[in-house]
Amino acid sequence: MITEKQAKKIIDLALSHARGKADGAEVHVMASDVATSRFANNGMTQNQAPSAVTVSVRVLVDGRQARLSGNQTSAQAVRQLVDNAISAARLLERDPNLLPLHKPTGDDGARNVARFDRKTAVMSPDQRAERIASIIDVARSHDLSAAGTFSSGANVLALGNSEGLFAFHRESEAECSITMTARDSSGWAKAHSPQAAMIDSEAMARRAAEKALASRNPGEIEPGKYTVILEPSAVLDLLVFLWYDFAGTSHLDQLSCFLNKVGQKVLGSNMTIHDDVYHALQAGAPFDGEGLPRQVITLVENGVVKNLVYGRRSAGKFGVAPTGHGVMEPSAMGEYPLNIVIAGGSTSIDEMIAATDRGILLTRVWYVREVDPATKIVTGMTRDGTFLVEGGKIKQGVKNLRFNVSLIEMLNNVVALGPSLRTAGEEGFPAVVPAMKVDNFNFSSTTRF
Amino acid sequence: MAGIPSAGLPPFRALIHSRYNRRGKNVRELAEFAISVATGSGASYADARVIDQVSQEIETKDLSVASINLGKSQGLGIRVLCNGGWGFASTQNLTKRAIEKAARTAVAVAKASAACLEKPVTLAPEPVYNAHWVSPHLLDPFTVSLETKVGVLLEAARIMKAVKGVTLAQGVMTFVKESKFFASSEGSRIQQTFIRSSCGIVAHATAEGDRQRRSWPNSAGGQHELAGWEMVVRWDLPGNAQRIAEEAVALLTAPPCPQTVTDVILGSSQLGLQIHESCGHPSELDRALGQEINFAGASFLTPDKLHSLQYGSPIVNLVADATASGALGSFGFDDEGVQAQRVYLVKDGLFCGYLSSRDTAHLIGLPRSGGAMRAESWARVPIIRMTNISLVPGDAGSLEDIIAGTDDGILMETNKSWSIDNLRYNFQFSTEIGWEVKNGKRGRMLKNCSYGGITPVFWNSCDAVGGRQDYIEWGVPNCGKGQPMQTMWTGHGAPPARFRDVQVGMAHAG
Repeated sequence: MITEKQAKKIIDLALSHARGKADGAEVHVMASDVATSRFANNGMTQNQAPSAVTVSVRVLVDGRQARLSGNQTSAQAVRQLVDNAISAARLLERDPNLLPLHKPTGDDGARNVARFDRKTAVMSPDQRAERIASIIDVARSHDLSAAGTFSSGANVLALGNSEGLFAFHRESEAECSITMTARDSSGWAKAHSPQAAMIDSEAMARRAAEKALASRNPGEIEPGKYTVILEPSAVLDLLVFLWYDFAGTSHLDQLSCFLNKVGQKVLGSNMTIHDDVYHALQAGAPFDGEGLPRQVITLVENGVVKNLVYGRRSAGKFGVAPTGHGVMEPSAMGEYPLNIVIAGGSTSIDEMIAATDRGILLTRVWYVREVDPATKIVTGMTRDGTFLVEGGKIKQGVKNLRFNVSLIEMLNNVVALGPSLRTAGEEGFPAVVPAMKVDNFNFSSTTRF
Repeated sequence: MAGIPSAGLPPFRALIHSRYNRRGKNVRELAEFAISVATGSGASYADARVIDQVSQEIETKDLSVASINLGKSQGLGIRVLCNGGWGFASTQNLTKRAIEKAARTAVAVAKASAACLEKPVTLAPEPVYNAHWVSPHLLDPFTVSLETKVGVLLEAARIMKAVKGVTLAQGVMTFVKESKFFASSEGSRIQQTFIRSSCGIVAHATAEGDRQRRSWPNSAGGQHELAGWEMVVRWDLPGNAQRIAEEAVALLTAPPCPQTVTDVILGSSQLGLQIHESCGHPSELDRALGQEINFAGASFLTPDKLHSLQYGSPIVNLVADATASGALGSFGFDDEGVQAQRVYLVKDGLFCGYLSSRDTAHLIGLPRSGGAMRAESWARVPIIRMTNISLVPGDAGSLEDIIAGTDDGILMETNKSWSIDNLRYNFQFSTEIGWEVKNGKRGRMLKNCSYGGITPVFWNSCDAVGGRQDYIEWGVPNCGKGQPMQTMWTGHGAPPARFRDVQVGMAHAG
């Protein structure tokens, strides 16, 4: 894995080569060494240890800009990358809205986060295989079939520019995902953390196995509106379709569902949502694509849309200060809140079940897609552990259901919140979200399993 | 939707010979060195891919350039079998020292896999090839200036923005040139060059509580082809800008799609995605065998249904065709050195074939891989991917012929939203636009159109498959599968087609 010193050397080389040729230059060095072991049908199926470094240069030349990325790090290759970026920029028309590069100040609120665990970064294929063997043992002991992944490694992000900026972030990561299947049922669990030691893969295997066993011989229920208990992964994979609507650029483009609603109460009073990279359960770099420190932003407070996030470009158009959420420029997207934290409550999932006369418990949702960007209707399926709750107890597994639900309406119908947990799903970035009990969740059809 | 002019492409240029250029000799040496290190370290089989890729992506927003991103990537990936288990490693550093390290890492990873196996991997036999293949193209897009490319997008944007009510005009073009050398310990040596191009525009119209959009030639980045700059010329973005802009604005005041059961005519591009989701994915053999169940899912097309399930009506014929000229999912050889093939998945409505690989073929008794293994890049392991999964044209004529033969129904076109369960039964799609069809004529425009169903029920309700007139090879460049997820270039040839008694309008019924 590339070190801070090596990354800075590459950045300094590129900036030095651009000096005198370009009006400004910005250099990202991104490295990834994350190995993934996959298993299915109680055996290892794929095992890969890729490694990659990318150098990405943005140059400003006479009111024009271009970005060029490459994966060669020799001095000659880096110099050529800069020269080619300058040549590309010269081919373009001047951009009257082009901003100068970010110039760091001493009091910009930059804070470091420590998210590197050496043991996780150097975990061996044999250690991953041991984890997987223990998962398969759980499956075999219950006559189930296990499939999933265990990955481990580290990522590096370094950024410098010709205005004196240098920022470096190194982070380890481990992820485990498990599906246990029986003849007509399945269960699932997933976790992601900067520390492999924080992932109890054997306990996850037991949890997935319990769900698979408990949902055998699923019944079929009629589609319609139900009270649902959404486990945190289900919450995460639904609400990820809402996050870009908090980006300033989505308002400039008149696409956000919150257009002209900032300051208004749009969601339920129990909804408070922050973007907070510094939260103890969060991951990621504390600076954005142009090197600005990420700020903690309250997006929603007690149901009121309070703030948007801004990169430098959208902030300029709104006449506000950037919040440190910009993506790498140039970009049509502008910015994105990457570190969502939803304020939780104190109701456990067991307590939610106990207080439900009739409802459905969802372990996870699948293939969620936006149907209507204005009303924020999304559709998707339940998967890997869907249960009918009756009389305060789980009655039986049920065949999977398709939903069509407005996220705005859903967040007005939340009647109980669990504690917020670091949660991984499949549709978006891991985030810190609670389980939710939601009334009037609309299921439109069933499927055959 | 307006048709497109004849492609005018020359005959498919799949050049098969055994000559290599100077660079070819170099990458050949590197790949062979990787293989020799792996076999010397205990691998019973090894293959290596050396890939060099350049890319351009240009996005415009209204009358300005939103982004220009240029990329260059090269590296080597090595896959090995050791004690019956797979291992893979990669390096972007094409020195012998780095390649040796990658090869030894791949062997160590394979040995760890072997410690955790149900059964050792078995590879189906495949002939040894010495070949050179170049994808068909008339004009290398990297010889066309950035100014020209931006100019086409901004001209289309100017036309869209001139239409009152258009609130945002977007445009995008992408170009990729990829050189790939494959070598295996069995002796194959294959050089391939791919040129992929795409272009598209979108007109947005926003009103209080409503967002509508129209795309051309397709949504999700437009049309994508294994072709050169000529495809941009052929799809004529400026020439279609005004029509889609006017349609986007008109949708704001159009009546909504009713919630009912009716006949549905799917335009070619929407049918392409329908094929992708409800035929392409479930016919991937790794899914059917449970190997992708943790993420992408499994398949209702389990091996016990092969040659027995009536997947569709007798006029439904679906092929996996990696040889289709200019189609995004075409190639000369897949990423484990299997030659491109045209395989029936559904013939006369009967489910009859899978997308397969060398390590899955024998599990269902196939003598040979169907040639569907591909990797996103040199840094990823090949997995079973769709090639071009296409509906063979039928005898129902043009789209207008199908409309003329429909008493009561809805024509839907251009995908807006797509979702399907993890066994690929229950699907729901939304389209950007629809029209009522009454007494053989296209009627009112409809907004917020959606339809859904259960895959085999839906395909068995197909009673009209259009002919060659409106058949288009659509490209889907972002098919996601695998862990870590890989995206892949896939294609879908589709004429328009009609389906009887389909549930529509459910997406907005809640």
